[in-house]
Amino acid sequence: MTPDAITQTAPEGVLVTTTSASTQSAPTHRPQRADGTPAGDSPQPPVPPAPPTPRRLPTPIRPSAFGADDLLVLVGAAISSLCLVWIVFYQLTSLSGGLGFLICWYLVFLGLTWFGTAQFVERQVATDRVVAVVVVSAAMLMVGIIIFIVGWVTYKAVPTIHWSALFTKDQKVFQAADPNALSNNGVFHAIIGTFEQVMLAVLMGVPFAVATAIYLNEVRGFGSRTVRTVVTAMSGTPSVVAGVFIYSMLILTHVLNYSGFAASLALVVILLPSVTRVVEEVLRVVPSGLREASQALGAPEWRTVWSVVLPTARSGVVTAVLLGVARIVGETAPLLFTAFGSQVINWNAFSKDQGALPLVIWSDVRQAQPVLIDLAFQAAFVLMALVLILFVLARLFSRPRGRGGKRRKARPDEDDFMARIFIPVPIEESESR
Amino acid sequence: MAIDLDLPPRQSEPAGPTPITITRDYSTPDKVFRRGVQASGLGVFLLLVAIGSFLAWSGWPAFQTAGWGFFTHSGPVQIGSHANFGVLASLTGTVEVAFVAMIFGAPIAICTALFLSEYAPLKTRRSLIAMIDLAAAIPSIIFGLWAFFELQPNVVGLSTWLSRHLAFVPFFKVSSPPLNASIFIAGMVVGIMIVPIVASICREVFSLAPAGEREAALALGASRWQMIRTVVLPFGRGGMIGAIMLGLGRALEETIAVSIILAGSYKVTGQILQHGGSTISQLIAINFNQSGGALGVHDLLLCGFVLFLLTLVINLAASAIVNRSRSGAGVDL
Repeated sequence: MTPDAITQTAPEGVLVTTTSASTQSAPTHRPQRADGTPAGDSPQPPVPPAPPTPRRLPTPIRPSAFGADDLLVLVGAAISSLCLVWIVFYQLTSLSGGLGFLICWYLVFLGLTWFGTAQFVERQVATDRVVAVVVVSAAMLMVGIIIFIVGWVTYKAVPTIHWSALFTKDQKVFQAADPNALSNNGVFHAIIGTFEQVMLAVLMGVPFAVATAIYLNEVRGFGSRTVRTVVTAMSGTPSVVAGVFIYSMLILTHVLNYSGFAASLALVVILLPSVTRVVEEVLRVVPSGLREASQALGAPEWRTVWSVVLPTARSGVVTAVLLGVARIVGETAPLLFTAFGSQVINWNAFSKDQGALPLVIWSDVRQAQPVLIDLAFQAAFVLMALVLILFVLARLFSRPRGRGGKRRKARPDEDDFMARIFIPVPIEESESR
Repeated sequence: MAIDLDLPPRQSEPAGPTPITITRDYSTPDKVFRRGVQASGLGVFLLLVAIGSFLAWSGWPAFQTAGWGFFTHSGPVQIGSHANFGVLASLTGTVEVAFVAMIFGAPIAICTALFLSEYAPLKTRRSLIAMIDLAAAIPSIIFGLWAFFELQPNVVGLSTWLSRHLAFVPFFKVSSPPLNASIFIAGMVVGIMIVPIVASICREVFSLAPAGEREAALALGASRWQMIRTVVLPFGRGGMIGAIMLGLGRALEETIAVSIILAGSYKVTGQILQHGGSTISQLIAINFNQSGGALGVHDLLLCGFVLFLLTLVINLAASAIVNRSRSGAGVDL
């Protein structure tokens, strides 16, 4: 529990005492019972209890409290460290580099904050304050980077987008000299490719993953512990290895050609362990009372799983699938060896080379053509929008509905498995059951 | 699965009803269901075996040609009559990129996790956690684009600064000037990419630190940082190490962002600030399209196998550490 939570339980520092009229005149009187009768055995007539008067305790000293003067110290430290570092950095030693300047500024700022705070509170408090500044600034840096990346891709892509061309044309006719290159080229071939590859991967991977999760959590039995370890190991498989695996198994042996289908097989290798782990976790929170009720009614096991367990876990399974799709839709490395990439529209995922959004970004950004780089940013924008939409959808689905279809507010730990699909190892293993 | 009701025999009552044994007889549909589900579990197992064995099998010709020189040479080398390929420079490059990534990523990730579990206001905590999770969902190619166009121009200044003033540190020495497309920059962006992974696990481990001991520390007058230092961090140490190793696994395998940044050169170098260097995954991704070059397909597949083994070992060790620390940290007071 954080100090905030402690202070929230007694926010005012108010102590309510019942005092009678007689004791108010004599403050040193013995304490009295709650019903107003005197604590002693002296036979006095009962005095009607006076309304309780709040008595203020002295304000507690909270080292974690953050007031205006603390803010002033921070601002002062920031400004003075800026000036100091500017003088030393540019005037005295004539260093260069914006990022180096920022880092020096930050370090001096931390030191000055410590000294400034230590002037009027204890040194432990000053250390606490500096650590808080470090922690908050690191987290804000990360949040800032995420917001910056999303905003930056949008900012680079949107002004150059010709919406009609983007979603209808491929790059078959691309010529660098073409002044209308941006309105004659688009990423439609890549959108088709990504869509078909991801759809095929979901169609193949999700039933497989759900069945494995059922095996791990419902059926169990021989070898389920080994399989859980294998799923763990597989979720850390490098995506590039998934690509070269399909390449060496199917393309090198001429079973398949470069095609969208081969790409979707490589994506299955990535999708399978992540979705399995999340679905398993979702199945684990299905109340066992439901299963037992179903079995007590005489339902066979498959019926219990099909009609009770899976419908109960539906929203979680949908979340798992959406997050899995968000994971594989941006994978580039496996597609290099399987779909290979193409500049023309190819509707048939089973025959020839096929484009994909990440592949278009990858191949276009390495050309020295400004127009192609613009197109790469447009493809990146489409890809990022897809991922964001999938992520938001997954969050919506991860909130369980209450009765009557009304969404109830999820507890803070309820959608903790959101990140699991991107993280290579299950947080909870069988030991923690 | 048989449910045995093995009731202990009662001594006092001589002739009670004999305890019955309930066995469960699966119906045919249930048997089919169980077999099918078991088959998919077996399929996952076979898939992992297939990945390892196919990569080993198709990389074997390259190993036959190069022998153990595959691990001691760098890049394409001519030995005797035929061209060999060695992975040493890429292997060291992989380790260097991962090392730089951990230097940048791990502190930021631990601070982020501490912020999410200890400092963030309860109202905004959920959305902040979602935002960090979102960072894990952003495709690596977009991180690569950002690093190439935005991060790199800024970091080159920092690299120049480091190389000019901290050249006495062996890693920061620069012998050939261009400072873009370096291992340092690649490691930096990979470090940013692993933050959400490490932070997410660390946050969970930190939130498992027992509330009783936290409150005890605070009641004894500890400040928030003292409480974190004496309760949260010691309880989460194993999980933190495991999370960092998982991040390391991710850093070793990162392909596309590194490939966009790194120039690619087959030279073992400790000078991470300067142009050049390669990693295994970058080597595979960059060289794949060039057919007929010095790098045969089998060389690349052998590289893939090496990478597969490397990440497999690290990830399994990391998950074992995380899980053990969790089961140990469950001691609540």
